[in-house]
Amino acid sequence: MTKNLLGALAVTTVLSPVAALAQTEVQFWHAFTGRLGELVTAQVEEFNASQSDYVVVESHKGNYSETLNAGIAAFRASEQPHILMVFEVGTATMMSAAGAVRPVYEVMAESGASFDPDAYIGSVKGYYTTTDGDMLSLPFNSSTPVLWVNRDAMTAAGVDPDTDLSTWENVGVVLDQLKAGGEECPLVTAWQSWIHLENFSAYHDVPFASQDNGFAGLDTELMLNGPAQVAHLTAMGDWAKDGKFIYTGRRNEGGANFRAGECALFTESSAGYAGISSEAEFEFDVRPLPYWEAVTSEPQNTIIGGASLWVMEGHEADEYKGVGEFLSFLSSSDVQAAWHQNTGYLPITAEAGDATRAAGFYDDNPGTDIAVIQMTAKEPTANSKGLRLGSFDQIRGIIDEELEAVWSGDKTAQEAMDSAKERGDALLRRFESANQ
Amino acid sequence: MEKRVTFRGWLLPLLLIAPQVVISAVFFFYPAAQAIWQSLFIPDPFGLSSQFVGLGNFEFLLSDKFYRASFVTTAIFSTLVTLCSMIPALFLAVIADRLIKGSGVYRTLLIWPYAVAPAVAGVLWLFMFNTRVGVVSWYLSQLGYDWNHVLNGTEAMGLVVVASAWGRISYNFLFFFAALQSVPKSVIEAAAIDGAHFWRRFFTIVLPLLSPTAFFLLVVNVVYAFFETFGVIHTITGGGPQQATTILVYKVFSDGFVGQDLGSSSAQSVILLIVVGLLTVIQFKYVEKRVHY
Repeated sequence: MTKNLLGALAVTTVLSPVAALAQTEVQFWHAFTGRLGELVTAQVEEFNASQSDYVVVESHKGNYSETLNAGIAAFRASEQPHILMVFEVGTATMMSAAGAVRPVYEVMAESGASFDPDAYIGSVKGYYTTTDGDMLSLPFNSSTPVLWVNRDAMTAAGVDPDTDLSTWENVGVVLDQLKAGGEECPLVTAWQSWIHLENFSAYHDVPFASQDNGFAGLDTELMLNGPAQVAHLTAMGDWAKDGKFIYTGRRNEGGANFRAGECALFTESSAGYAGISSEAEFEFDVRPLPYWEAVTSEPQNTIIGGASLWVMEGHEADEYKGVGEFLSFLSSSDVQAAWHQNTGYLPITAEAGDATRAAGFYDDNPGTDIAVIQMTAKEPTANSKGLRLGSFDQIRGIIDEELEAVWSGDKTAQEAMDSAKERGDALLRRFESANQ
Repeated sequence: MEKRVTFRGWLLPLLLIAPQVVISAVFFFYPAAQAIWQSLFIPDPFGLSSQFVGLGNFEFLLSDKFYRASFVTTAIFSTLVTLCSMIPALFLAVIADRLIKGSGVYRTLLIWPYAVAPAVAGVLWLFMFNTRVGVVSWYLSQLGYDWNHVLNGTEAMGLVVVASAWGRISYNFLFFFAALQSVPKSVIEAAAIDGAHFWRRFFTIVLPLLSPTAFFLLVVNVVYAFFETFGVIHTITGGGPQQATTILVYKVFSDGFVGQDLGSSSAQSVILLIVVGLLTVIQFKYVEKRVHY
């Protein structure tokens, strides 16, 4: 039934621009619903209204995984869209599909649309460029983890809400105080692997995987069982055992607890801003993600999560011209600044960030620039450019399982990460042999 | 004397079985052959290239201890789902059968859950047991029990079993109820006159007469637990925590459609095909012998 309905919807969206026959159609498949879906529709409508040569037709294809699968299935049936939204985890899969995707830098060069790769923020762009600096896909929505603080909960537990929370050492002390002050949920997190392993590694400038986190080759192995990661997870495991860190699930389930005012501290994406600011009935703060002073005196940059737009092979030249125009429109400063302010996602160009600052947005909404600063304060290193691992969706699943074993006390952090490495490496070898 | 109808000539019988043969060929033999063929390769997701690995996919799977553990998980899960859906169904059918007034209402109400799709049933149960807003988990916490199926594998298994069995009780109830109606009244009355009380009559007369139905339901429910509970698991646990609820068919889905590893996914389908084939043979060879038609 749902399928039929979706099918019918797809048909109507495809048929609707029949009136404008002379225009070249560009298909754009994405994974956004709700408020984000509306914002995407608005962007597409604005582009369509701004010129008369091309019509971009957007369709929603389910969540991130489903959208990627829809794109792959469509490619196998030679019915692929021009533009496919793929989440950061699928980057290696897309990169290895040389005959299926057309790199963005090529599309831009051929279409003649204005395109300056240097305009993009390094740590955003880095995730989606080759080691030679060629941009393969256009960053679309990017966020990075930060620490959200419920100031009221801190006060209620007798902790000064302005306490310095920049290091995990300090956070540990505050968690003790919160617990002693009667707080039942001192710390909660979303996206545990992304925040407490992937970003943790980049932030402390330690490798997550060999071969520059997979950027330098397919023969990469996980290195997430290093001393820094294990020390962090051991501390988290101890906090979980003492009821100072509450585990709520693999995705962003903890967001509901935090927004309802049940938890004091929350590590979550900067894009949690839209939800928290609209629902929270308490004073909240955004702080930079904490780091361990014992590991580094000064943290590196964090890495991004989110999705980018990939251009698929197998279409006509004039259609690619339209794709180029649309991508160039999306990267324009005004569109990016509006997107950044509406969603809490990072601006993908430095210019859009400057425009947002100039408009006084950061002064009116304190803390919304922390994510930008955290990402751009330092030039990314080989450990903090991003991750490019095959079968990464599955590997994250393995990491989630192993982390759950740590939180429940079934395994020590070292055992769990050794096992995650072993199991993850097996998948990486399979991916390597599938893409030789 | 057995009665046999014989056809003259070949054309008519062939024509009569043709639709079934065509359907089996299109929806079973062809895909099964494809799965066997694909299980010998590691293809890339886009179908641009693929590498022949022989039995490499099977070797990879069988050396994975989580995959081997998934057989045990599947056995536990399908046994529990079958028991939890058949025993309450039989009990309800017996009770409903004894009702004189209003049995129609009970019957209708008991059949309703069957109309709920597995994924929706999963979401319903997830809401009730949600660790934060769930009604049941709230009552449990009042009783001093800390429900957390997110971290506790046993609780997660219990939850997916209940959610999978729930809608199935209706289906089984329908069959048991119909079978109970067809038990000859005269036999039961004769036993009653001989002084057999209700439960004695039930175990010595009714249950043996129900055995063909029970056997049919056993086969159907095991197949259900193997293949159709996927939606429930997907919505409630996603196979976690620590793969405690990853049954074989769920792994086929997650490796194939989430992980894009079509070679491993095909190899798993082939293994599943063999497992289910063996199970059916066992059921017909050993269990059916104890069934009285």
